[in-house]
Amino acid sequence: METAPFFVTGLTVFVLSCFVGYYVVWRVTPALHSPLMAVTNAISSVIIVGALIAAGPADFILSKWLGFFAVILASVNIFGGFIVTHRMLQMFSKKKKK
Amino acid sequence: MSMTIPLLSYLVSSVCCIMALRGLSGPNTAKGGMYFGIAGMALAIVTTLTLPAVASYGTIILGIVIGGAIGGGIAKKIEMTALPQLVAAFHSLVGLAAVLIAAAAFSSPESYGIGETGDIHVGSLIEMSLGVAIGAITFTGSIIAFGKLQGLISGKPVVFKGQHPVNAALGVLLLVLIITLCATQVAAAFWAIIAVALLLGVLMIIPIGGADMPVIVSMLNSYSGWAAAGIGFTLQNTLLIVVGALVGASGAILSYIMCKGMNRSFFNVILGGFGGETAGAAVVGDNDKQAKIGSAEDAAFILKNASSVIIVPGYGMAVAQAQHALREMADVLKKEGVKVRYAIHPVAGRMPGHMNVLLAEANVPYEDVQELEEINRDFSQTDVAFVIGANDITNPAAKKDPKSPIYGMPILDVEAAGTVLFVKRSLGSGYAGVDNELFFYDNTMMLLGDAKKMCEGIIKALEH
Repeated sequence: METAPFFVTGLTVFVLSCFVGYYVVWRVTPALHSPLMAVTNAISSVIIVGALIAAGPADFILSKWLGFFAVILASVNIFGGFIVTHRMLQMFSKKKKK
Repeated sequence: MSMTIPLLSYLVSSVCCIMALRGLSGPNTAKGGMYFGIAGMALAIVTTLTLPAVASYGTIILGIVIGGAIGGGIAKKIEMTALPQLVAAFHSLVGLAAVLIAAAAFSSPESYGIGETGDIHVGSLIEMSLGVAIGAITFTGSIIAFGKLQGLISGKPVVFKGQHPVNAALGVLLLVLIITLCATQVAAAFWAIIAVALLLGVLMIIPIGGADMPVIVSMLNSYSGWAAAGIGFTLQNTLLIVVGALVGASGAILSYIMCKGMNRSFFNVILGGFGGETAGAAVVGDNDKQAKIGSAEDAAFILKNASSVIIVPGYGMAVAQAQHALREMADVLKKEGVKVRYAIHPVAGRMPGHMNVLLAEANVPYEDVQELEEINRDFSQTDVAFVIGANDITNPAAKKDPKSPIYGMPILDVEAAGTVLFVKRSLGSGYAGVDNELFFYDNTMMLLGDAKKMCEGIIKALEH
């Protein structure tokens, strides 16, 4: 059998993920919409994967520099996003103990 | 065969990201969800570092350390009231990162296995140009949103003649450039796509007013996801596609919820220009009507004698940083035996869930905070509605005046309460530029002044 081009596989994954996202996000309580934004913001920095590949080669060519800056930007987001989320969730949960 | 293990770990990483969102369905599972997200991200990074395409680690580690230090430093220090602009700034970074990665892929396609320089597969070019365009729009759009939220740019909508034709023309130009790029592989077309998309991002967000920011922040959140998915298609990476789609869907749902909270269509918000023409807005407050203006002592007297109070916070509370003083006031009232609850309108504040975070920061119990649908019926059995820093979301014109620009927007029925105490800096109109006739109702008492100082004044008066 002829293998399908990646585009078809990718589209399949994409459409199914949209549905998963749709059903999962509707279950998020409105009170946690801000942490939701912070978390989605942090995980959207998964594009760091692309940046790592760009920054990966040993020789310093244009794409390596572009990748390097992208790694910095995505890292700001990953660390910043998760830390802010953590701070927010800390606020929501601390009253439970009292 | 060598790719099997990395691809499987990407799958695990994708599942972790789904679990991260799933955890946010309740406050008890939220933290667990966040740890799933962190684990997923860590796994994705480690897996990528083991790929043969990644040969040197020095720059990468340096990049992560620099980025991590900046991100961590900002995130630890940021005030919770400044959250919307922080999120907007973070979105811009995702957008810019997407642009840089696409540019890297364009200049060295060999690294990603999508062709040779000057001879990239057409499919990859289409995906790449979509990813780079969405990324660039997200980047400049988020910067404008950040500027508006931070007060660097006027929160008022900036409108000029022929705005929509210009945007439409730029959109068409973008399409033409993408086709040109695919047909000719000319590098100039690629850079032109970026330039046009950057400009389009600015022009799209600049006409949108401050009160519509919750929609815009959610929309840019969604765009950053679509940009990641676009890059995922370019790099043939399913993890990026999955996570991009999740984020995109999440942002789209939040935008939808925010639009519904204002009873406006998404396109209505995007086309912008709302709240600019104050003069054209329905004038309901006749000049001969007098608003009753009270002092902190008057308010304390009324609150003390109430048996139930509903507090309605808005963006003004965030600006004045009044959430802690407000909670102290509520504590004093509770000690007096008053039932105190909080009513949150979906679009209160400048981002989805903004008020909930601020109240949580001030240690307001989670159970006391209720959403519009849950609590709206209770206003008629409530002695006092305490509106602090909110305006348009309580305006009865939304129910009664079909000519009002906010007509049809679901509002909190505060006027049904025995007394409405309205903390506000002046008798001016809200962000939508609409007068609020509620100020002149017989059962309304205006408490003019800074929200925080007013709460402190009321606490002092209550304790006497």
